[in-house]
Amino acid sequence: MRYQPVIGLEVHVQLLTDTKIFCGCSTKFGAEPNSQTCPVCLGLPGALPVLNKKVVEFAIKAGLSTNCSITPRSIFARKNYFYPDLPKGYQISQFEDPICQWGWLDIKIDGEESKRISITRIHMEEDAGKLVHGELSGQNDGSGVDLNRACTPLLEVVSEPDLRSSDEAVSYLKQLHQIVTWLGICDGNMEEGSFRCDANVSVMPVGSDTFGTRAEIKNVNSFKFVKQAIEYEIQRQIDLIEDGGTVVQETRLFDPNSGTTRSMRSKEEAHDYRYFPDPDLVPLVISEEWVERSRQELPELPEQRQQRFMAELGLPPYDAEVLTASRALADYFEAGVAAGGNAKTVGNWIMGEITRALNDSGTPIESCPVSPVQLAELLKLIDNGTISGKIAKTVFDEMWRSGKAPQSIVEEQGLVQVSDTGAIESIIDEIMAANAAQVEDYRGGKDKMFGFFVGQVMKASKGKANPSVVNELLLNKLKG
Amino acid sequence: MKISVADVEYAARLARLELTPGEKELFAGQIGAILGYVEKLKELNTEGIVPTSHAVPMENAFREDVVQPSIGVKKALANAPESEGSFFAVPKVIE
Repeated sequence: MRYQPVIGLEVHVQLLTDTKIFCGCSTKFGAEPNSQTCPVCLGLPGALPVLNKKVVEFAIKAGLSTNCSITPRSIFARKNYFYPDLPKGYQISQFEDPICQWGWLDIKIDGEESKRISITRIHMEEDAGKLVHGELSGQNDGSGVDLNRACTPLLEVVSEPDLRSSDEAVSYLKQLHQIVTWLGICDGNMEEGSFRCDANVSVMPVGSDTFGTRAEIKNVNSFKFVKQAIEYEIQRQIDLIEDGGTVVQETRLFDPNSGTTRSMRSKEEAHDYRYFPDPDLVPLVISEEWVERSRQELPELPEQRQQRFMAELGLPPYDAEVLTASRALADYFEAGVAAGGNAKTVGNWIMGEITRALNDSGTPIESCPVSPVQLAELLKLIDNGTISGKIAKTVFDEMWRSGKAPQSIVEEQGLVQVSDTGAIESIIDEIMAANAAQVEDYRGGKDKMFGFFVGQVMKASKGKANPSVVNELLLNKLKG
Repeated sequence: MKISVADVEYAARLARLELTPGEKELFAGQIGAILGYVEKLKELNTEGIVPTSHAVPMENAFREDVVQPSIGVKKALANAPESEGSFFAVPKVIE
């Protein structure tokens, strides 16, 4: 039998606020354990939570950017369970009436038509603390609890079970990741857990309209692992069913080392969270004016910017997509164009030399040592014939290394392109004299030898000869 | 309203409470009586009345996103039954 996978994703997005969601403690990563805590996030009796307004603003932006409706009146709820990283014995979350509902994202997989994935809801909640194992010394072989992360603001973005393959799941995730980082509401760091995903996976016979029993996979912290975990889980469930077994509803943990998922026994107990409205937090009322104000403040989103790059700057769809991978990259590109660069050429350089240099050195585009204005200046030097495209790459490397302006590098190192026909002619004469046999071959019909001569001339001129002048002169001279 | 001993045991387990057989019987009766009392509300016509989540008619209490001093590791750990270094120490948790 053939099976159809059905996948829904729950994504936790850690918000880039300075303080926690319900108290003024810092959210800075990497501080001494428990140094960023107070009675509220420690869950001490009598402490009262007060909502961070910025969390609401970020949530509205996320909702508007994913085509959600903003709920006019939403409330917070307590989700009750016991775990050592949860000091209050409940997590403050939203249950009924989450802040955003009924959104969607259109995903696109190479060569296929775009597909709409519904977003059920986006709600605000607090994160739990962190458990560490094996770091306690002495006679204590227990676990350590660090509550610095407790009460850190999260958005949980829940999709409908609309995804049908691991590729679709990854495509959806990447798009969501792009949007929240673009909005500047999340740093998107998956390794540090700022953007993490749980996947609900089930399979059903092809053609069926009844979903199978699903397993929830936790702890997947990279796009690659999401793909691996989902693919493993789909195959596990198919094998189980084929062998006459049944899939049980459970939480499974992905193990990146083995690429497999395994049952989490500790969470086998039936989930009964006994949600109820948190009496400590008053209802959140969001007026239409507030929503409108947020809408005005939204940056131009990746999709819109892609369209504009194509329509206004004439970029091909592929270039437009690559150059809008992140907001910083798109800004860099536009700054280069604004500084006078030709859009297509600036794009090519960013996608070529700059991306290569960034990747090689592990530098984010935000700290690119070559500014967009400098890039445009470099391109101008090619355009006006001062240097060749080949020499430009050498100049670029030097700009990257020293941060100097292209003009001064060209002058200092004497890289100005030689277009003087007299100078080039004398080089050609020398080359032809030194390679008489090859000249004969060429004249005898071996057209391919032409490239050899161009190479020799460029080499003799240390790459400075103007290639089009070289071509023209060579053609004439070789004719004899 | 009838609450069984099994219901009490279920709720007790969620709340991590250990009850004697006598207590289970006692609480089954008491909880049943409380829920029965609340049941009375069903006699009222609540059509058109918004479910009440909060007793006080208040909304939108915010704070600005400005860092306030934390209380420090020493104070944070002051009431911990067990701690080690800067951590709360708890029995080993294995996933």
